[in-house]
Amino acid sequence: MPAIKIENLSKKYVLRHETAEKYVALRDVITGGARKLIRGLRHPLGGGREAEAGSEEFWALNDVSLEIPQGERIGIIGRNGAGKSTLLKILSRITEPTRGRVTLNGRVASLLEVGTGFHPELTGRENIFLNGAILGMSKAEIRSKFDAIVDFAEVERFLDTPVKRYSSGMYVRLAFSVAAHLESDILIVDEVLAVGDAGFQKKCMGKMESVANDGRTILFVSHNMGAISELCTSAALLHKGQLLMQGAVPQVIEQYSRLTLNDQETGVQFADDERKPSSILSVNIRNARGENSNSFDIADEIVIEVSYRVKQVAAGLQLTVTLSRNMVDVLHSFDTDDDDVLPMREEGLYTATYRIPGMTLKAGSYSASVFIGTPELLIQALEHVLAFDVEEWSVNTTAKSYRRERPGLLISPGKWATRMTEEARDAAA
Amino acid sequence: MWFNASKPDMTVQRTPHTDQVESLTIEAGRADAHYWRDLWRFRELLTFLAWRDILVRYKQTVIGVAWGLIRPLLTMLVFTIIFGTLANLPSHGVPYPVLVFSALLPWQFFANALSDSSNSLLSNAGMISKVYFPRLIVPASAIVVSLVDFAITFVLLLAVMLWYGIYPDWRMLTLPVFVLLALATSLGAGLWFAALNTKFRDFRYIVPFVVQFGLYVSPVGFSSEIVPEKWRLLYSLNPMVAVIDGFRWAVIGGSAKIYWPGFITSVLFISALLFSGIMYFRKTEKTFADVI
Repeated sequence: MPAIKIENLSKKYVLRHETAEKYVALRDVITGGARKLIRGLRHPLGGGREAEAGSEEFWALNDVSLEIPQGERIGIIGRNGAGKSTLLKILSRITEPTRGRVTLNGRVASLLEVGTGFHPELTGRENIFLNGAILGMSKAEIRSKFDAIVDFAEVERFLDTPVKRYSSGMYVRLAFSVAAHLESDILIVDEVLAVGDAGFQKKCMGKMESVANDGRTILFVSHNMGAISELCTSAALLHKGQLLMQGAVPQVIEQYSRLTLNDQETGVQFADDERKPSSILSVNIRNARGENSNSFDIADEIVIEVSYRVKQVAAGLQLTVTLSRNMVDVLHSFDTDDDDVLPMREEGLYTATYRIPGMTLKAGSYSASVFIGTPELLIQALEHVLAFDVEEWSVNTTAKSYRRERPGLLISPGKWATRMTEEARDAAA
Repeated sequence: MWFNASKPDMTVQRTPHTDQVESLTIEAGRADAHYWRDLWRFRELLTFLAWRDILVRYKQTVIGVAWGLIRPLLTMLVFTIIFGTLANLPSHGVPYPVLVFSALLPWQFFANALSDSSNSLLSNAGMISKVYFPRLIVPASAIVVSLVDFAITFVLLLAVMLWYGIYPDWRMLTLPVFVLLALATSLGAGLWFAALNTKFRDFRYIVPFVVQFGLYVSPVGFSSEIVPEKWRLLYSLNPMVAVIDGFRWAVIGGSAKIYWPGFITSVLFISALLFSGIMYFRKTEKTFADVI
């Protein structure tokens, strides 16, 4: 008997364009109805059936079938909008499917958010009971686990302090701890590990693994491929509401990376502009093997290759590459950075390659802009000409400083070293 | 308090893996067979949510409990002066403040319960979009909170009665019946408004109006006996008329009477309101998370 059986699951949302707000105002319904009535009176034979203007159907999930055996730890991956959260919401019974059926065999605990229902005015103790009850625990159950929850969260001294005075780390620790002690046969977890400090995240991963080792089924959604490969025994790939693949983790991740790769341009050609003294002919983005790509592992070398033609001898001709992530420039580089004197470029064709070593860019979506010019004159600007993604495939960044969600623009090239400078001694000695 | 117990209580530990595996099917439009069982299982959440709201209210306000007492006392004073002294309306031979207070008690319960339960889904939107539980618990817990306020005000009523030398008789024992009736009225209306409120936010403005308007069309500041006989049945379509008349009958006794045809009309109306409220709520609750 599978723990979770999903059959032809579909979920439709109706998107409304007219209003920015999600909800309907009664007044709009009334005026809309009146308008329809008038239209109906004017054209009694037609027009009444026309589709409501400004609304559009959207299938967040489309005919998804999936079977998850007992004790399996499955990672659900896919890009934003692939239907992952909709699937979780249906499995958690927060929303109803439009079509299809799900059978869950076992008590389900679902964690779409840590600290749901936490109230800032209440103390840690009070919130443990409240949050536990919201997650479906009985008073007796919470009481019996109380010590374990407090221990795990390391908040013993602050139990009777309102949580509004907690640091964000303490808050998250307490919230996760309550949820982690929920007894269930099936655990559904959304990206909740994206919070808290590194040490605690390690602890959470450990807790999830011990849950899994008890033979319980885990369904885990994350953008962090490292965490998925570490925790999960299998994976499923969702794309545009459909299930593309279910299988072993490395294969599914590979398929996912191919998916992102096929989706975007990896090279652009430009016509030679006669009026310009120099012009860029092409920009390509490649991996270390020289293949065009726009999806990289965090440890991969990224190569940006620019071809250009110089038609008038130019003193101090410079090529500039700027990389930006979320519209913030994270890196800016000249091809002449290594030259003491700006070089002279004769007429002819040139190809410049810029290599960015692995472990430089943090995971995220980047866009590259390329400029050509001299210190006095900008000749050609190609802003955001190509886009590429850096993913956390080979590294579990859960506990790393350069994890996607953490501050900082680049992976630090600095190296740490720690040595003990004085041994602890007994105070009496 | 109960939540102070921190010693593990071994006798209550669940061992889910030895239990029979529970199974659940999720399907479109499926009338959830487990709904009432789930509601029972989550009954503790109902008290927890009510407990949270009470705790938070008294932690946030400086005068706390006193606020629950000042409001009805001032209203009683104003109504006594306007209806009793200025308009000189009849009072069944009891002091006018007692006449007013015995009606103010169920009315305030209804007003608070209705407005709080109507807003309850929106103010708990975060929970609703992240966790499953029978949504009925949310408006119901709002009503439990009002019930606690009611209990406090009830003590105040007893004090006011003793002050005027009026002692409750056996009829006081029937009071739970009328409390139940008030509860059914506010839950029925509250469920309607709460569900409608998630979809049509206009109801935010309608509910305060209903509450304000209702105060004047319900016999709070006066006795319903001043309503001409031929209009009384129609007047009883306001469900709070039966509730308030019942309260007066149970509390002050004496000459207060229940107008039975009207009372039965009200009870039927209240039952219909509650039943349809539950039906509508159940029908729409699965979409709450999508629209909230």
